[in-house]
Amino acid sequence: MTDSATPRKWERFTPAQRLARFGVFLSMAVLLAVSMRTVSVIPEFLWDAPTQMADLFRRMWPPDTASYAENVHDALVETMNIAGMGTMLALVMALPVGVMGASNIVRVPALNWLSKLILVSSRSVNTLVWAILFVAVFGPGALAGTVAIGFRSVGFCGKLLSEALEECDKGPIEALRAAGAPWPSIFLKGYWPQIAPAFWGITLFRWDINVRESAVIGLVGAGGIGVALDTALNLFRWQQVALILLCIFAVVIAAEVLVTKIRQRII
Amino acid sequence: MNDNSCKGNGGGAPRSLIVKDLVKEYVPGKPVLRGISFEVSGCTTVAIIGPSGTGKSTLLRCINRLIDPTRGSIDVAGHEMTHLSGGELRRARQQVGMVFQEFNLVERLTVIENVLCGRLGSVPVWRAWLRRYPQADIDRAFELIEQVGLADFATARADALSGGQRQRVGIARAVMQSPSIIMADEPTSSLDPKTSVEIMGLLNEFSRARGIPILINIHDVNLAKRFADRIIGMARGSVVFDGPPDELADEHLKDIYGGEGWLQ
Repeated sequence: MTDSATPRKWERFTPAQRLARFGVFLSMAVLLAVSMRTVSVIPEFLWDAPTQMADLFRRMWPPDTASYAENVHDALVETMNIAGMGTMLALVMALPVGVMGASNIVRVPALNWLSKLILVSSRSVNTLVWAILFVAVFGPGALAGTVAIGFRSVGFCGKLLSEALEECDKGPIEALRAAGAPWPSIFLKGYWPQIAPAFWGITLFRWDINVRESAVIGLVGAGGIGVALDTALNLFRWQQVALILLCIFAVVIAAEVLVTKIRQRII
Repeated sequence: MNDNSCKGNGGGAPRSLIVKDLVKEYVPGKPVLRGISFEVSGCTTVAIIGPSGTGKSTLLRCINRLIDPTRGSIDVAGHEMTHLSGGELRRARQQVGMVFQEFNLVERLTVIENVLCGRLGSVPVWRAWLRRYPQADIDRAFELIEQVGLADFATARADALSGGQRQRVGIARAVMQSPSIIMADEPTSSLDPKTSVEIMGLLNEFSRARGIPILINIHDVNLAKRFADRIIGMARGSVVFDGPPDELADEHLKDIYGGEGWLQ
């Protein structure tokens, strides 16, 4: 029992914690100061930036809509193809790797780890880097882009698939085992119906990301609209650059809207 | 309720279950089941009662080898279960229909397809995949769905059904296997009292109509007494009572569940 005359004390942090928190803030401020010095901002360029931006926009306006049919249309279609084919390639590879990574299905820890290794290595390399690699292998063009998109997406799709499989309700699985169903039937009728919404959700989500990524990989020669953008930039055709950026923007928005609509339907 | 209008099985394989000296140890030296033995045959409804954690579920799952027993023998319709593996085990499991406490339906499939899942043991994978089930199976599935009173729900998705309806689908799926015995693990624990009685009645009906024994794990002693022809009382991993319901006295219940205050 505490004496009601002496107010009970309560503090959120102990003095040691308060000191530690102050230390963290101080070191963050110091780090910021040091890094500002390291990047060596040139003040003239910084003050000049708004003028430069305005100038760039003036040169971009109006977008060169006349060149759409000739320069942009085919490249845009190619970009969509790269995104679509790349996503499909990723799914074909992600399904077995994802199943292998689900510890409730494949009860061999070594295989679970192998799957995790494959998925992590796929994700740890950026699409642009995969694209550079595959341009070196297949030469410049849409094939390199498709494979690059595919290899980067395996990690993403496989990991999410693995997790969806591991979260499956094991009740129905037990029921199918009790009915004497062979493993492929258990997968088709027990696991698949449970992961199907997640599977299609993952597919759409990744396709949406891939539309955006496949617009960029052309910069390293892996086909699509990026190639047209790179050419226009190198030739200082700013009005064409503006048109291409607008097209990419439109496609990305359209993909986003489409994906949202379909997801609402599925779930 | 215990009418003995048993139809028999017309000279087919023996519809029997013989469990002998069954021991299960999850941790070596700490048996959950300490040598269970009993025999059931023909259309008998056997209720297994006992406190939670005494190994009732483990016992049922040992019988169809969802759990591997440590020692002992299990004979289902003339087949020794304990040494089987692979395809033989799967064929043997088809002889044992199982009904679950949480129904264990595939929620996103329709009622008819859930019932057809009972045939997955004998339907080739490609047929299941393309949903090209043999016409005979489809006819039987519809017939069973009507028998459990869900004729209007055959093409509804399982997740649209109520608990009692789901359990009816679960029973239809188990019967769809044309099993030699049916096991039900707490089939009424997730249901209200009225639905529980209906489900127990349905299980009894199938037992009578098909001449097969039914093994039911159940908490509710009154329900067990009302529907079972025979009660097996388990406590501490052993069978402590085995006999007809009217022989089950308060002393037995005290022995099975411990204490006596709850009997008042």
